[in-house]
Amino acid sequence: MRLTCPLCGPRDRREFYYYGAADYLDRPAADAAPEAWDAYLHLRDNIAGPVRDLWYHDQGCGSWLVVDRDTVSHEMLSVRAVAEDRA
Amino acid sequence: MASLIETPPCGDLLPVIVTGAQLVELRPGPVLSIAPFHGQAAAVAAILAEAGLDWPAPGTSGVGGSLACLWAGRGTAFVLGPLPEPLAARLAGHAALTDQSDAWAAMQLRGPAAEAVLARLVSLDLRIAAFPEGAVARAPLNHMAALVRRSGADRFDLWVFRSMAQTAVHELKAAMTSVAARG
Repeated sequence: MRLTCPLCGPRDRREFYYYGAADYLDRPAADAAPEAWDAYLHLRDNIAGPVRDLWYHDQGCGSWLVVDRDTVSHEMLSVRAVAEDRA
Repeated sequence: MASLIETPPCGDLLPVIVTGAQLVELRPGPVLSIAPFHGQAAAVAAILAEAGLDWPAPGTSGVGGSLACLWAGRGTAFVLGPLPEPLAARLAGHAALTDQSDAWAAMQLRGPAAEAVLARLVSLDLRIAAFPEGAVARAPLNHMAALVRRSGADRFDLWVFRSMAQTAVHELKAAMTSVAARG
């Protein structure tokens, strides 16, 4: 499996740390209801097909990455830097 | 006052010399990490330009006078050499500055077999057509986080965290001797 880092180019999967679902990017406001925090921390769908992940290029440039990936075919659909999405 | 002795990270582990490749320690001197604050990249580049340095594009490095500037990761560059104090003071308002002079072990692998040796430890295309002189990559050296820079046609500068110096020398020595043994 290879991910194409926007800065470093195609790299082996072992250079990256898998953080979890990209839901972690949508942090609720500090005063949000407990249900929102519960959903943010614990509730995930277990999808067969395209999913959106958060990865970190820890052995490379240190980019946080939003990765679209297919859990059925293992295809890497897209890799984008969080910093560029939010620029 | 006590007389303090500076100990190089690789100490007496280097040099390692085999047929076709030598590994020697580099002493890059002052290493200043510069990470521009959000929206401050242009201001930082303008200050560095006064020192004759370009802000490095990802995967590149440049030289200006007695200074060098290496891309070192997302939004990060290392300036090697003594950046004039007034410029460093002005940078402080626009970027996070960290003195990393003692944080890294820097080595140079050189010789006609250098590419073949590094091919055993770094899973990148390091041939000169794909990784020309001045090119920089953050990539693992076997399992160690490292910075690799091609500093010449037959040489690479390898940076690892200082605490990894002994392991890095061990890994490189093993690769060097096994490449040399193949003749």
